[in-house]
Amino acid sequence: MSDLTNRPAPGPQESAPSPAAGGALATTAEAPLPERFEDPGLPPHRPRLADTDPAAARRAERQVAGLFVLSIVGTVLTIVGYFAFPLEDAANLQLETRYSTIVIGLGIFLTLFGIGAGAVHWAKVLMPDHEEIEERHSVESTPEQKAEAAELLREGVAESGIARRPLIRNTLVGAVALAPLPAVVLLKDTGPNPGTALYESIWSSGVRLVKDPSLAPLRADEVQLGSITHVVPENLEGSEHYLEEKAKAAVIVMRLPPEEVAPEAVPGSVDGILAYSKICTHMGCPVALYEQQTEHLLCPCHQSTFDVRQNCAVIFGPAKRALPQLPIAIGDDGVLVATDGFAEPPGPSFWERG
Amino acid sequence: MSTTAAAVSRTATPPTTAIGRAGDFADSRLGAGTFARAGLRKIFPDHWSFMLGEVALYSFVILLLSGVFLTFFYVPSVGLIIYDGPFEPLQGQLVSEAYASTVNLSFDVRGGMLMRQIHHWAALIFVAATVVHMARVFFTGAFRRPREVNWVIGVVLALLAVIEGFAGYSLPDDLLSGTGLRIASAIILSIPVIGSYLSFWTFGGEFPGEAFIPRLYTIHVLILPAIMLALIAAHLFLVVLHKHTQYPGPGRTNKNVVGYPLLPVYMAKAGGFFFLVFGVIALMAALIQINPVWLYGPYDPSPVTAGSQPDWYMGWLDGAVRTVPGSLEFTFWGITLSGNILFPAVILPGLITLVAVAYPWIERLATGDDREHHVLDRPRNAPTRTGLGVMALTFYTLLWANGGNDLVATHLNVSINDITWFTRIALIVVPPIAFIMTKRICLALQRRDRERVLHGKETGEVYRLESGEMLERHAPLDEQERWVLVQHDSYLPLEPGPAVDENGVRRKGAWADGLRRRLSRFYFADSVPPVTPRELASAHHGEAHPAVTDETPDAVASGPASEERTGREVGSGQA
Repeated sequence: MSDLTNRPAPGPQESAPSPAAGGALATTAEAPLPERFEDPGLPPHRPRLADTDPAAARRAERQVAGLFVLSIVGTVLTIVGYFAFPLEDAANLQLETRYSTIVIGLGIFLTLFGIGAGAVHWAKVLMPDHEEIEERHSVESTPEQKAEAAELLREGVAESGIARRPLIRNTLVGAVALAPLPAVVLLKDTGPNPGTALYESIWSSGVRLVKDPSLAPLRADEVQLGSITHVVPENLEGSEHYLEEKAKAAVIVMRLPPEEVAPEAVPGSVDGILAYSKICTHMGCPVALYEQQTEHLLCPCHQSTFDVRQNCAVIFGPAKRALPQLPIAIGDDGVLVATDGFAEPPGPSFWERG
Repeated sequence: MSTTAAAVSRTATPPTTAIGRAGDFADSRLGAGTFARAGLRKIFPDHWSFMLGEVALYSFVILLLSGVFLTFFYVPSVGLIIYDGPFEPLQGQLVSEAYASTVNLSFDVRGGMLMRQIHHWAALIFVAATVVHMARVFFTGAFRRPREVNWVIGVVLALLAVIEGFAGYSLPDDLLSGTGLRIASAIILSIPVIGSYLSFWTFGGEFPGEAFIPRLYTIHVLILPAIMLALIAAHLFLVVLHKHTQYPGPGRTNKNVVGYPLLPVYMAKAGGFFFLVFGVIALMAALIQINPVWLYGPYDPSPVTAGSQPDWYMGWLDGAVRTVPGSLEFTFWGITLSGNILFPAVILPGLITLVAVAYPWIERLATGDDREHHVLDRPRNAPTRTGLGVMALTFYTLLWANGGNDLVATHLNVSINDITWFTRIALIVVPPIAFIMTKRICLALQRRDRERVLHGKETGEVYRLESGEMLERHAPLDEQERWVLVQHDSYLPLEPGPAVDENGVRRKGAWADGLRRRLSRFYFADSVPPVTPRELASAHHGEAHPAVTDETPDAVASGPASEERTGREVGSGQA
């Protein structure tokens, strides 16, 4: 294909496209037609209003300057806004912060928008809009350059002697391959090994159930049908790893009519009161939504649904395992107490969990 | 040693003006003249879609600027303290230092709230602009030789952008972000064999631990930005090296670039556009509240709010995790394989990244075209590619919508189980339908282009002949208009050669060639070639009324069907 970039753009005198351009081909059909259409080259330049009308150009000039002045106004507004709202009125802090954010933000908007819009308007209306052509050159080197580069490479490798001295080559490969190991080993102390931590919680026999977040002991007669109580172990307060333990020990307590309790859940329940781990067996979110009518528990993160009447087995969603039950009894003072820890690790699955 | 009495002039004619002296300073010490000569009048083509990448670049710069401001006040520590800052509703609560400092920089630092909101909005726009820019590059075929490496850099940048966004989202240590980290820890736990060890090393012990937020901070403000900055520099360097692609048009070829010079036009336009992007983000930050962490409260593993949503760019992954049923978790031989987490959260994004990285080479297997391409494709002229792209976007959108399935359920009063089941089925059924529909639409648009070239454009002028026949006059296209519709190449399926050689022996590599033939047929079996001059000439032969074209569109069908073509492509308009 011919190099079109050498073809000058058609001048204005030949700008009017022939209305019969399409039909013209038909009349010259006896001449041999090319395989493909040929690139007609750049279209003629159409002058803008500001190119021909000095008044329009002056108007555009004033518009650009006006936008730059708007930016200056914005800068002033920003500084005024900064000092106008000192954020010291504790009673109206949220409102004052809001005003401060709006005024400073609008100031910064005007500052930047004025510069940006002015520059773009200047470029679009007043700067030359003649399309220009630049040649492209392939980034690929010529065959001679390639050969030269290959020769340099070959020469350098030969001078290093790496091919002639396999002992050096092999030990170097070994050394470099092993060198990252210390970096990996050093990262090992970023944390302890899991050990048995994922299997354990601070629930054990005799630990009282207290309400979250008030930490008041939960009495059995407080647990009503159709209600859900969020519970933590009493020994959580003062625990050395408060959030870590809470992330495993959070529990929800519900009451069912005793005849609706699943047979396998009966030994850990008392008077139809059931306690289950609140930590979703899918990804560890708190299973906090309780549908009273259906006795379903729903995880708000990924909608795993657990049926309390089926010992909190999964009936829908991405979780696989039932929520672990916390076996409970009623203590002497009427407060619920755990009779043991969870029978299996609470929370999301992991490989060696089994 | 001799001394020189008089000053020795380096040049015969030293510069006289201030600008001249400054230029001479830079040139004689830094070689600035060479760069200025090559760069100042560099030509860039003009198109609105080229601004998408600019938006991404500029919002990254805005993120760096606003992020630096935030680091002056943010404390990357999860040490628990009793909050006694200026925000009254939180006073007396047990919160982490990270959370307290985030609230304080919002309410105690003038402009702090604005900067936080600028940073968050810029992050959302950065990822969005990156994704839309990627879609533009994909649909116009800008990833073809010589830009494959830049495409790969772009894919890596998009991935890092999502990770960087998630890291930043997690730093305030509020209830929502902590729940997000809980999910991240569950994803790490689900990794076979070493999951629990990786999780303990990452979090410095059990979740949430005290190590992770400070570590994440280093990743968010140092490691990832440094890598991204280096990749962005490489991305832009390659744009300059290859020169920008251009849309097809009269005078635009694979050997030139048509547009406006850097100085002054693009300095003003692109430079001004940076201020416009920054200005609009500042306006959004001033007026639209985002991520009000003081309302969510500090992280606590027990409470959670209904309708928890991640930032938009994590929505598709969240939706994927919501879709996959629990039955994909397997327990055997005393081990647990959490396919329900691994598949949507690890394997799926990994696979998508791999396919995205490999796409330029997959398509080249089908075209067999290893020429350089600097003129972009109109999406309709690559129907299969466009179909595949829309298919991918449909898949993505379904996952993303399912990430908000709880909100859809509560707002539209639909069962959440039904929505989830719909998504499970739709993910398999709808993307192929989207592919077929898109491809058909592209082919139809190509035929319409042919019709316009052959018969001109409708004028709306209706004539009635003496016979009573009604006709609409079609005006022929001018050369420039026509060129846009006929300039492209149309590929034919590759025929890599017979599977057996002349002796009837199965050829080596015949299996791979067979796959390639099938791939190529999948792409190009029904390609519509552009109109040739001969076709146009014959379309005008024998017309009763040259000014009143009345041919039926059926005439178009004779083009692709009757043309006998050999070789893998027709014509060489761009070669």
